[in-house]
Amino acid sequence: MIKDTARRRSFVTGLVSAPYELWAVLFILVPLAFVAYYAFTDNDFRFTTDNITRFFTATSPVVNADGTLGQTHTYLLITWRSLKLAVISTVVCLLLGYPLAYFISRSSPRAQKTMMTLIMIPMWMNFLIRTYAWMTILWDKGILNHALGRLGLGPVHIIGTETAVVIGMVYDYLPYMILPVYSVMAKMDPKLLEAARDLGCAPTGVLRRVILPLSLPGVVNGVTMVLIPSISTFYISQKLGKGLFFLLGDAIEGQYTANNLHFAAAIAFILMVALLAAMAVMRRLTNKYTYGESAA
Amino acid sequence: MDKIIELKNITKSFDGEVVLDNISLDIYDNEFITLLGPSGCGKTTTLRLIGGFETPDAGDILFMGRRINDLPPHKRNVNTVFQRYALFPHLNVFENIAFPLRERKTPKAELEQRVNEMLSLVALKGFEHRSVSSLSGGQQQRVAIARALVGKPRVLLLDEPLAALDLKLRKDMQQELKNIQKATGITFVFVTHDQEEALSMSDTIVVISEGRIQQIGSSQDVYNEPKNAFVADFIGESNIVDGVMLQDKLVSFSGHTFPCVDGGFGPSEAVDVVVRPEDVDIVALDKGQLTGVVTSVTFMGVHYEVIVDIGGFKWMIQTTDYVGVDERIGLYIEPDAIHIMKKSEYSGLYGDYASFSNEFDELSDAESEGAE
Amino acid sequence: MKTASKIFTGLMFLFLFAPIVILLVFSFNEAKSTSVFSGFSLRWYRELFRDTETLKTVRNTLVLAVCAAGVSTVMGTAAAVGIDRMRSKYLRSALDTVTNIPMINPDIITGISMMLMFVFAGRLFGFANSLSFSTLLIAHITFCLPYVILQVLPKLRQMDASLPEAAMDLGCTPWRAFWKVELPELLPGVVTGMIMAFTLSLDDFVISYFTTGTGFQTLPIRIYNMTKKTVTPKMYALATIIFFVILTLLLISNLTGRSDSQALNSAKREKKTKN
Repeated sequence: MIKDTARRRSFVTGLVSAPYELWAVLFILVPLAFVAYYAFTDNDFRFTTDNITRFFTATSPVVNADGTLGQTHTYLLITWRSLKLAVISTVVCLLLGYPLAYFISRSSPRAQKTMMTLIMIPMWMNFLIRTYAWMTILWDKGILNHALGRLGLGPVHIIGTETAVVIGMVYDYLPYMILPVYSVMAKMDPKLLEAARDLGCAPTGVLRRVILPLSLPGVVNGVTMVLIPSISTFYISQKLGKGLFFLLGDAIEGQYTANNLHFAAAIAFILMVALLAAMAVMRRLTNKYTYGESAA
Repeated sequence: MDKIIELKNITKSFDGEVVLDNISLDIYDNEFITLLGPSGCGKTTTLRLIGGFETPDAGDILFMGRRINDLPPHKRNVNTVFQRYALFPHLNVFENIAFPLRERKTPKAELEQRVNEMLSLVALKGFEHRSVSSLSGGQQQRVAIARALVGKPRVLLLDEPLAALDLKLRKDMQQELKNIQKATGITFVFVTHDQEEALSMSDTIVVISEGRIQQIGSSQDVYNEPKNAFVADFIGESNIVDGVMLQDKLVSFSGHTFPCVDGGFGPSEAVDVVVRPEDVDIVALDKGQLTGVVTSVTFMGVHYEVIVDIGGFKWMIQTTDYVGVDERIGLYIEPDAIHIMKKSEYSGLYGDYASFSNEFDELSDAESEGAE
Repeated sequence: MKTASKIFTGLMFLFLFAPIVILLVFSFNEAKSTSVFSGFSLRWYRELFRDTETLKTVRNTLVLAVCAAGVSTVMGTAAAVGIDRMRSKYLRSALDTVTNIPMINPDIITGISMMLMFVFAGRLFGFANSLSFSTLLIAHITFCLPYVILQVLPKLRQMDASLPEAAMDLGCTPWRAFWKVELPELLPGVVTGMIMAFTLSLDDFVISYFTTGTGFQTLPIRIYNMTKKTVTPKMYALATIIFFVILTLLLISNLTGRSDSQALNSAKREKKTKN
């Protein structure tokens, strides 16, 4: 017997979110537990740390710079390369996206709307197609070299280099940097900028002391939204890197295709833990810079 | 008159904090009753208990003699005008008012007729198809009233309905609400923290503080015969001083013995004495029962507000005569202007104008409204 | 400075649109080349429409997106209402955290994690092939749900809490108060959430890649398989059609009502990286 209306209402709503709660446990939490479970078991589901150990110790032969053969830690190298390319892509996205977001936010409301729509249009293209389009542009007999040839320049060899991978990542993820930064800047009260000028700030001072700190939350969002997909991508590197630059995503996908589910899970597990740690550190830093040391 | 709602020994707490402490209250048919008190005193909770949005922890709510503690809101013959109106933004004016009728599947002809009646009652003819968001605050207020009245409730609950309106509009709406109440004959239970509003509209005022009822009475009762220092201070301005009842109709305070009209106290009983600022006359020094030094004079339009230091206690006096600051004046109080109250927990908390300033008063007013 | 910023903005838009323009142009190329334009022809469009395999995946993708959007909208809206009224702060923040996981986690991890569970469950119950349309649908519903919830929750917070009370006061049961008063208020959020779910599902490649079986291909997976080999401009033709369909949808919604176009835009704006 339900006595009062307040409880009656909470009874109804308790039922209402129950399916989702069940769903979230079953299809969000349990699968993550399975990543850990597979990462720490062998093919017969006996506990083992071999998969993790393999990640840190597996080696493969490489040709050194001087032409001699050597050994390298396969997955540590892949991790290092993923991190390097992801960080470079994120920095390039920031360097291109931040000023663009700023210029857009300072233009007329109509122009702002148009430009933001234009920025979103490429996102309506599936990323596979977007990436492939770059392949046609960049390959040795592609459009870029064709055009350069007509100008009597080139040819340049880009496809299959790290540069090509970075170009692909920047192109695919740039909007994810522009959007959060722009939305913070668009909300910024123009009176704040006037106040800063009024209080004696030069334009560069306004940028450094008012605009940058205020847009920091947008930047953090943008960095997260670019860094996470670029560190875990597996298509861009295969296409634009010609498979020469294996990244973490490729490693996971490769192990999945080879049906090495336990090792694929181990790589995914390590990636997940690393990202969690990175995000915790980033949140710390933002708090510190947004609210000052004392508040953190 | 018949009792329509009875609250019996109601107690209610939220998260362990007692909001209503053993409240008992009878509401009679066809009356305009106001629950008056500062923010957080429990008046809105009382209203929500009657409306069915909360249930009491202890005690009973009776509606025409029937216990309705567990009756959900939609089955109560009571409607509410919410503080910020709670008009349905997706419905136009007509549909907002028709809402309860549609819920009861009222036939089309009757529905239209009743909604139109309501529209003319609240003077909103011609606004049927307007969206509620295009209306001014006052118009939204009228829609909320019409919507709550169209279902012909026995009781209308109004939760600070005028708080969001500006002063001029508020005055007009006070009059209009009073007229609507008279025209419909429905019992109005009105919640406010504005004592002027309460005084000007109500048949009965219930003064509440800290979850307890301090006094129930007519406007005149609570103004002229406040039960304790809290009521005296909350309703109007008052000078509240310590006194001793020498015998019936003779009281001593501020070093002087005054004739008065109250009695029924013990011999030499300590009491609180209330004198309203408008009841103190300024007279020549030698004719005064008391003498004091003027410390400040503020021009208020109709009168001056004068703060006088009488033996270290600051009195407020409202007068049309100009006196100068630092002037020594004589004061005279008529016997029937002296009101004697029993000592209570509120004694000594109120009534001294030592720290009084108009700005401060307004500031705290604004604060309490913001907190509501 | 003014001109410098204009030049910079122009170059950025050139960068953003160059690949798309090239794609459009070469979809009409007469020859098979994707670098030399030799003449206008609709050859690749004709070939596309003769490609029944690809057309089948288009239908698959639409069926999947409609199912995923439908289920996640209903379940997500209900979840948002429940979360909004949840009294226990701990349960609520726990649920918030869980809801955020599919949005923050890289898609590859979401995909792998579900795949592992499905494979394990398949072994447990003895299915030979545990990945199928159902597992794909489950995965799509799962990654759509948070976006629906995140669209509806703010609408619930913005809503005047006394609205449902007013409805009950005027004679509604709590259930009818929800349908007649709360749901109309939430509708913009619900619709935005549904559109987002629909587009996310249409667009997803990574999670689908790991959770679908061999029997059920979606369009992105088809594109992936096609790009493994040498690509003919047929795929460009497909991309061009998709592009214009979406552009038309955008224009229509821009013309019919601002709220819908905002919905579409914010759908893409908040859409997390597929990739």
